[in-house]
This record gives sequence, structure tokens and C-alpha cells, in this order.
Amino acid sequence: MSFSVTEPSKGTKWLAGVLVIGYACITLVPLLWIIATGFKSPTDSIAYPPIVVFEPTLEGYVNLFTERTRATPDMLEAAGEPQTWYDEIVRERGTVISGPSRYGERFLNSVIIGFGSTFLCMVLGTMAAYAFSRFKVPLKDDLLFFILSTRMMPPIAVAIPIFLMFRNLGLNDTHLGMILLYTAVNLSLSVWLLKGFIDEIPIEYEEAALIDGYTRFQAFYKVVLPQAATGIASTAIFCLIFAWNEYAFAVLLTSGTAQTAPPFIPTIIGTSGKDWPAVAAGATIFLVPVMVFTILLRKHLLRGITFGAVRK
Amino acid sequence: MTLSPLETAAAKTPAPLAKRIRGLSDRTIAWIFVAPTIFLLLAVNIFPLIWTIRLSFTNFRVNRPNNDVEWVGLRNYERILSDPDVWSTMQATAHFLIWTITLQVLIGFALAFLINKKFKGNDMWTTIIVFPMMLSPAVVGNFWTFLYQPQIGLFNYVIAFFTGADPASFSMIGDVHLAPWAIVIADTWMWTPFVMLICLAGLRSIPDSIYEAAECDRASKWRQFWTITIPMALPFLMLAVLFRGIENFKMFDLVVQLTGGGPGNTTTLTSIDLKREAFEKWRTGYSSAYAVILFVTVFGLASIYVKALNKVKER
Repeated sequence: MSFSVTEPSKGTKWLAGVLVIGYACITLVPLLWIIATGFKSPTDSIAYPPIVVFEPTLEGYVNLFTERTRATPDMLEAAGEPQTWYDEIVRERGTVISGPSRYGERFLNSVIIGFGSTFLCMVLGTMAAYAFSRFKVPLKDDLLFFILSTRMMPPIAVAIPIFLMFRNLGLNDTHLGMILLYTAVNLSLSVWLLKGFIDEIPIEYEEAALIDGYTRFQAFYKVVLPQAATGIASTAIFCLIFAWNEYAFAVLLTSGTAQTAPPFIPTIIGTSGKDWPAVAAGATIFLVPVMVFTILLRKHLLRGITFGAVRK
Repeated sequence: MTLSPLETAAAKTPAPLAKRIRGLSDRTIAWIFVAPTIFLLLAVNIFPLIWTIRLSFTNFRVNRPNNDVEWVGLRNYERILSDPDVWSTMQATAHFLIWTITLQVLIGFALAFLINKKFKGNDMWTTIIVFPMMLSPAVVGNFWTFLYQPQIGLFNYVIAFFTGADPASFSMIGDVHLAPWAIVIADTWMWTPFVMLICLAGLRSIPDSIYEAAECDRASKWRQFWTITIPMALPFLMLAVLFRGIENFKMFDLVVQLTGGGPGNTTTLTSIDLKREAFEKWRTGYSSAYAVILFVTVFGLASIYVKALNKVKER
């Protein structure tokens, strides 16, 4: 290797590495604590001093997905031997499973609304971004700025009229309402990001396709879309993460049928006081997919979080 | 005038054939492509905004739809701006904004600076550090209440371990003096990686040749840092501050789950206050005026700031 004055010395690199890894480890502690608490028994979860080594149990997960009722010893005996491993876990606490909890439903709502809004947002966003990137749209800069500015409003501020509007249209607490709302919120991000990605595709490809007799539409979906696939995929993941994490609109506009997981998880309570292992289990199941997505997205992370302003 | 290959080809094509090949005109396609987006944004953003502005001049209450709606002119605005409680929430928001941004910029920049030393495995560690900011703020806020529990909370235990205080003697979210810091700490934990990523992009955009030239001129490392690194990374730093500023001005989910605005009103940020007025006290007209004031504030401050940012970029 040739000598370079700008290359940091070995000692500097080592020191920088130690400091950064130290920070990363500290910052990971709360996350690891959530995951670990999910596998603790209720007693272990509130032990003092906090314990790191414990006997893992799936009780938190069982409690998360079930509703339980306290049963007298006679009732337990009458119910016979526990049939499944999760029956066994709840029997030990002197309770029987009375039915599934709402968590499954709420999680499914998150999936439906997340994917639904992401899909709609990508369809509309790609079309608008393509038009902004390739055609002379009147007032282009103003429209683009208008699209961006919709993101500056505090969600609570727009929630008041949206609440009224949805109530009149019968969209309150419906999947369709939430999908439309999240699509609108995410459109600014997707149009800005996708415009950046499409700008980078050389216009010559389309010109060649047009000369070969393709129509604009054909050129768009046979030439531009495949070229923009990576950009569309990463934009989609960003939209999905936003819809997945959103709380303010969800808590104000949904209560029963269309409620997503974020407003639900904090309301999980056990039979005696807060059931922290169940909360942690719910949080873990909810957070881990996002961590996986983050790893997939790492190359486009910066672009996504800055609306394409920083491209690296 | 030079024509692109496309235009040359188009000019040579006989008119009827050209029409068949191109189908709809570009202008029509542009409108078909842009219209749905604009329509949805108008319906979900602009229409509600106009409605909010209209409501802000009335005494409308959602929970009493049968009452007569009266025009009250600017009375809602007067009442908000002269309400000491509103000003105290503004103060809480300012405290939250100033400290989160300061801490996140300092720690984030330091981390980016260290990562830019390109030690082995820096990519992997960067991804790990980024995790917190991708998570759901409400779920994270809820879980931080567990970490902040007196006696059993991990945070209290660690602080007690290092300071020797009794972990049951203080409550981060129950104490009037500590609660504003509890939300600052949780937010800093979550969003420092954001500032770090942007700073890292800034540092990586500085060409090596500038440092090489400085080395030839025998500029000390310290001097290089202040005369090259900081000025060249400044536009990026300012962009990070802009994003964090807007986001934290709107802050709701993390804090409402963490402290719920309490104890007392010490962590009642403007969004939380607005939610109470609009969805708990149902003072729709009043809270609409409140929302308009907030929006004008964010928009005004952001525009001024963007002007300053553009000036720095031009330098």
C-alpha cells in the first residue's frame, strides 16, 4: 500500500474502533433488554437487582396471545391434564386459557394497513415521480415543494379535520381509511425519493425504446420500471416502516376493528399489575422485522431518511 | 437548435404513424400520472388544512354537534396567545428541542468523525447503531418507562451503580425536575444515529486532496479540523438540525407513551397539549386555532432556516 498522509494511523483507527463499538454496545442494551425481558418469567422481569442470567420461558409470549382466567383447584382438576405446552405454562399459574388475545388481530391490521398503503403509495408515487422526472409539468417546482411541505404538519393538527371528514364518510376505524391516510402521508417521501432514483436512469434507454415503436406507457413499464427496481424496493421499505411505526393517527382514528399494534402494545396488562414480559414479547415481535429491513436497506438508508436530499 | 435522437426520429416519422406510436401525448400522460397524487394530497392535506383554518374562527365543538356554531373572529387566537399554560408548553418544547438537538449533534458528529477513520468493520457497527431510529417511537417510549422504573428499572440500577445512590430514591418519569431530562435521554438514544448518518455523508464528501494540500502547507491536525472539516461538513450538519427540529417540534408518540405529559405539565409538549384540547376536552374551534399557530410557526421557522442553509451552501 502506498503511503498516504490522509490515511489515519493504526493507533487512531484502533482508538476510533473501540469508542464506536463501545457506543454501539451501550445503545444496544435497551434493545437487548426488551428481547430478554420477553423470555423472562414475571418475577424475574421485576427482580432487584436486574438479572441477566435467567431461566428462559415462553410465558410472556403465551400471555401475549391469550386471555386467561383464574381457576380454582377443583376447576383445574376437572379440566384434566394440560393438552399442550402452552396449556401447561398457564396451568402453573393457576389459570386456564379462555381465548385468544387481541394481539394477533392488531398485528394483522398492521400488516394489512402497512402493505396496503405501501402498495398504493408505490403505484401513485412511481407514476408521479416519472412524470416529474421526464416531462415538463407546469409549476413543477411548486408542486414538488407542496408535496414536501405536507410532511411538515404536526399529525395532531391535521387529525382534527381528518377525524371529522372520516366520520362523515364512514371511514373512521376502517382499514380503507387508514390505508388512504398513510398513503397520503407517505406520498411526499416516495415521490421525492423515486424522482431521484428515476433521474439517475439514462433517458437514452427510453428514447431507444420509443424509436423501436414502444408507446410511452410501454417504455415506462418495460424499460423504466425494471431499471428503477432497486430504488422502488427501498422506497417501499421506507414507506412500510413508516406505516408500521405510526402511532398518532392510529390512536386517534382507530379504536377497534382497524387498530394497529403500536397503540395496542402499551395497553397490554396482566392479571396483577403490568405484565412486562408480555409487553416485551409484543414489542419484540413488532420490532424485529424492522431491524431486518434496516439491514436490507443499509445502502439507501441515508437517502431515505433525508427525502433524497443527501445521496452520498 | 440540436434535436435529440428521439426528436429526429419523431420528425422523420409520417404524422399518422407517429400518432399511433406515441399514443397519448406526453402532456396528457404527465397529467394522468401526476393527478392522482395531487388529488390525494389535496383531499387528505390541503382540504383538512382549509377546514382547520375555517374552524379556528368558530366555537365549534365536535361532541356537541347540535349547538349553534358561532363565528368568534380572532378570539380563539387571542385566548391561546394570552394563555400562560400554552406558554409553559412552549417552554417545555423549547427545552426539549434545544437539548435533544445539542446532544444529538455533539454525539452524532463525534461518532461520524470516529467512523470516518475507517477502522475495520465500521460498516457493520454503523448499521447496528442505526437500529433505534427505525423502531416504532410509541413502542420504544412505552418500554423506556420500564427502564425508568424506580428500584426495578435497568436505567435506575445503572445510574445507582455508578453514583452509589439508592435506585429506589429517584424516579425519572415521576419527578418534576427529572422528567424533562428523561424524554431528552430517550429521544437522544433514538435519534443520534440519524444525525450521525448525515454527518458521515458530509465527512465522506470532503475530498482527500484538500487534506493533502493542507498537510503540504504543514497545517496542524487541529487547524485542519476547524478550517476544513467543520466548514465543509456544516451544510450537512445544518440539514440534520433542520430535520430533527421539524420532527421534534411535532413530537408526540415517544413522549406521550413515556410520560404522558406529566408529572404536572412538565413534559407537556405542544402536540400533547393540542391532543388534549382537541380530543379530550373537544374544544374543536380553539384547538384548530392552536393547530394553525403551530403550523405557521414550523413553516415560518423552517423557511427562514432553509434560507440560511442555502447561504451556507453557496459559500
